[in-house]
Amino acid sequence: MSVMSSVLLLAQEQAPAPARAEAPPLTAIWPILIVLGAACLSVLFEALLPKHLRWPGQVVLTLLTIVAAGVKLVTYVSGAPAAGETAMFGTLAVDRPALFLWGTLLALSLGAVLLIADRSVEPGGAFVATAAIRPGTVQDRAQVGSTGMQTEVFPLTLFALGGMMVFCAANDLLTMFVALEVLSLPLYLMCGLARRRRLLSQEAAVKYFLLGAFASAFFLYGVALLYGYAGSVRLADISEAAAGSDRSDTLLFAGMGLLVVGLLFKAAVGPFHTWTPDVYQGAPTPVTAFMAACTKVAAFGGILRVLQVALESTQWEWRGVLWGVAIVSMVIGAVLGLTQTDVKRMIAYSSVAHAGFLLIGSIAVTEKGLSSTLFYLLTYGFTTIATFGVISLVRDSSGEATHLSQWAGLAKRSPLLAAVFTFLLLALAGIPLTSGFVGKFVVFEAALSDGMGPLVVVALVASAVAAFFYLRVIVLMYFSEPAADGPTVTVPGAFTTAAITLGVIITLLLGIAPAFALDWASSGVFAIR
Amino acid sequence: MSTSSTGSWLLAALLLLPLVGAAVVVALRGNDKTAKSAALAFSLAEFALAVVAWVQFEPSGARLQQAFSFDWIPAFGVHISFAVDGIALVMIAVIGLLVPLVIGAGWVDKLPEGRTKGGFFALILLEQALTVGVFAATDVFLFYVLFEIMLIPMYFLIGSYGGARRQYAAVKFFLYSFLGGLIMLASVIGCYVLAVEQNGTGTFEWAELVKVVSTAPLETQVWLFLGFFAAFAIKAPLVPLHTWLPDATAEAPIGVAVLLVGILDKVGTFGFLRYLLPMFPLASKELAPLVLVLAVVGVIYGSMLATGQRDIKRFLAYVSIAHFGFIALGIFAFSSQAMVGSVTYMVNHSIATGMLILVVGMVIARGGSTRVADYGGMAKLTPVLAAMLLIAGLSSMSLPGTNSFVSEFLVLIGSFPNAPVYTIIATVGMVLAALYVLWLYQRIMQGPVRGDALVGAAGGPGTMVDPAVGAKKAIADLSGREKLVLAPLVVLIVGLGFFPKPVLDVVTPAVDATMCQAALADPVQSGERQLQCR
Repeated sequence: MSVMSSVLLLAQEQAPAPARAEAPPLTAIWPILIVLGAACLSVLFEALLPKHLRWPGQVVLTLLTIVAAGVKLVTYVSGAPAAGETAMFGTLAVDRPALFLWGTLLALSLGAVLLIADRSVEPGGAFVATAAIRPGTVQDRAQVGSTGMQTEVFPLTLFALGGMMVFCAANDLLTMFVALEVLSLPLYLMCGLARRRRLLSQEAAVKYFLLGAFASAFFLYGVALLYGYAGSVRLADISEAAAGSDRSDTLLFAGMGLLVVGLLFKAAVGPFHTWTPDVYQGAPTPVTAFMAACTKVAAFGGILRVLQVALESTQWEWRGVLWGVAIVSMVIGAVLGLTQTDVKRMIAYSSVAHAGFLLIGSIAVTEKGLSSTLFYLLTYGFTTIATFGVISLVRDSSGEATHLSQWAGLAKRSPLLAAVFTFLLLALAGIPLTSGFVGKFVVFEAALSDGMGPLVVVALVASAVAAFFYLRVIVLMYFSEPAADGPTVTVPGAFTTAAITLGVIITLLLGIAPAFALDWASSGVFAIR
Repeated sequence: MSTSSTGSWLLAALLLLPLVGAAVVVALRGNDKTAKSAALAFSLAEFALAVVAWVQFEPSGARLQQAFSFDWIPAFGVHISFAVDGIALVMIAVIGLLVPLVIGAGWVDKLPEGRTKGGFFALILLEQALTVGVFAATDVFLFYVLFEIMLIPMYFLIGSYGGARRQYAAVKFFLYSFLGGLIMLASVIGCYVLAVEQNGTGTFEWAELVKVVSTAPLETQVWLFLGFFAAFAIKAPLVPLHTWLPDATAEAPIGVAVLLVGILDKVGTFGFLRYLLPMFPLASKELAPLVLVLAVVGVIYGSMLATGQRDIKRFLAYVSIAHFGFIALGIFAFSSQAMVGSVTYMVNHSIATGMLILVVGMVIARGGSTRVADYGGMAKLTPVLAAMLLIAGLSSMSLPGTNSFVSEFLVLIGSFPNAPVYTIIATVGMVLAALYVLWLYQRIMQGPVRGDALVGAAGGPGTMVDPAVGAKKAIADLSGREKLVLAPLVVLIVGLGFFPKPVLDVVTPAVDATMCQAALADPVQSGERQLQCR
């Protein structure tokens, strides 16, 4: 016994970083394994199940997966080490922020999957029956009327979700890149699956893919340069190298810049936002909800980790630049949002403005900056899911009626829907007693404590400008006369109702009693090892 | 943690009763009649509670009374805490007084198609609860939250029930106030950060923040002051941030205009007293000239535009802008006399202008037009209504014997020692007030019966014209209900004109405390009036 323990001690002394040498402690990453495993199983379902069983099978599998991963996460959190631990030979850092982000991603994807699974709003579901049919042909018109759908969307969702979870826990840049691709490729495909307006949907997919490929290239080039600089892709090693060395700053700054551009693209921060309105508009609305909420969470999870772990010691170099980016993003989102006539594009620009607010929190390299950004992500995600859920309900004979003029007088036809949407818009605008306000408050508080007063003032002005376009929709719904041949409001099925209810309740809850979620978000910082 | 003091149940009831009332009225909205009665009952009960709260209040007692507090967001030291001082108390009483009158005045108004009385009155009760909360909040975060939330019912009141350009007016109102509120939010957070830096733990408790922020260096105070000032100057409104008020007043239904001018705008001047002076004493002194200039410009500009208005409802807005100039002058002249004058001005303005708006609403209800030119010689048809307009008008121009005279006189006499030039210019406003009030009265009420609203075209072809007076038959004098609505206001105008002591007694200790917090001393010590800091 004593011999064994002394041997172990010896082994530990020899290995400087024991976490790397140990067998992977799987308990920490069970949620990821469950999601990715279920994604593979889901592919098999697609291949082996008879057609009529696929949809129910996939829905049950996906929902069960998310719940099971959530349960595993909760049981792990209670006993997790406060300082976090690494897994998979040091490639994943399972620390408090990562756990918070996982929980957020799982909860948000539950809402998104409920929207994806709904078949009552659009008979047969929001997804195309056979994606390969050319738009505008006879077959295309036939598939619009059919009730079949491509159930591939479920495994794609799970893969994307798995990628996102890895992305925000990645402890080195290479893992992060692989995760980035795992989360992006399914999303490109999912964008092209809309049942109606196929051309728009496919255009969105191509646009997203091309620009996304560019962004990935930027990211990868940045990784290469940083590897050249630090001799390692591990975030902690880069941080160490940047803190004290006389190596070439050119490599560091070029690598840093390219890397951050890739990340900002994914997070739809202006001026790297150009894909956002087109993709949000063209993609099937449930997928837009998934993208808008979950991708934002994952991308900002990655940004936070890169900025706070790898680039923390160089913050005075990048801070000024990111100040500018945050301002540009808020201004673009708020001002261009004013000119939109399509409700989905409007929400897209709103998301660009919100990305600016989130970036403010991320720039504040303090514990408060981290916890406030995490909290903001949680609040924004739920509000967004519910918002897109409501948007999917307003329809006319050609599908969703997303043109703003069609929303005129909606409150007369469907007071409940108008009230819910008003509440969500007020949350996006950041009115008190909604989660949006608390999120803005904590982010601005963190920024002011870190000496970013001018940036906060710009953000507040941008919020006021953005409030105008949210108000415009409220004005349309409540104070305008309805058009004679306006859209109808579909009575949602159980799935969509559940998703919207979930989003609305959390938006209200986090607005009135945010204390518990704030505690979660501030329970720990990134593990640097 | 929760604390409470004697009478805190009263304040809690004052806050909750209108909320319950709003819920009940919404539930009853299917039947106009029961909904209306319920709304009136709740508003009267609220008024009764406000009277009890007034009686329970001890002017010589602690600054903040009837207090209670709960934790809300412990991570940021945010509490749900309410309490009243003399200034807040009189404002809450004014709210309690005006809301039943507004409900009574709107009893038979036609609403836009598809809207119910229940919805309308429920929104008014909701607005009442929120405004009571704004005046009673003693946590700065809570104050901000209520300050923003109270925009929403008002937005729907203007946007859903207003006139032809209601959408524009509602959005303009909301955006102006929201922008001001956001700028204030930056300052609110700034104060919190200061508290964190100084005490280690942050707090939003007003009393604590006053201690922390009032000792901050001048430059910091100036920035924080400007954030709060932006919000309050928009709300009050001071020229040049006033442009939303004429639109909002012109488009809002009459009752809503009373609440807007009589209550919501007072939050701005209340904010000057409760937040600006105690929290930023150095900055207040430094920037007082700025506020005084804006105040005096407001008096003159508002008076001149009121004189030239062709639209009666816009006239009301400009009259208020002129009056808010006087209130701001009295607050930033830094003498307890002027400040007491300003606080009583806030009360008296709500009563006098509230009545003026209600009477103008009754004129418009009869003529169906808001253009002054559409009226003339109406006194012949409706002598009682004419008398009411005269009383409200005379009070608005601060004739001795009316309530407004007391407050305007106090403001001017108290401001003179510290700000003589501003005071002299503002006095010109009194002359202009006589001009715009009497001229309006003359154009609408006196002379031969004339104008499209009373005879001829506006009624359309086939309108019955009474040959005896040459006007439409439908134009009748005040009904019993309308008399009942106006009677309490007439009593108060005359009563407070001759016996203002009850109000003065309640507000003076709070004003003294404010003066002390701001480290101000009276320029002239007069007789018994001694500023005593505890």
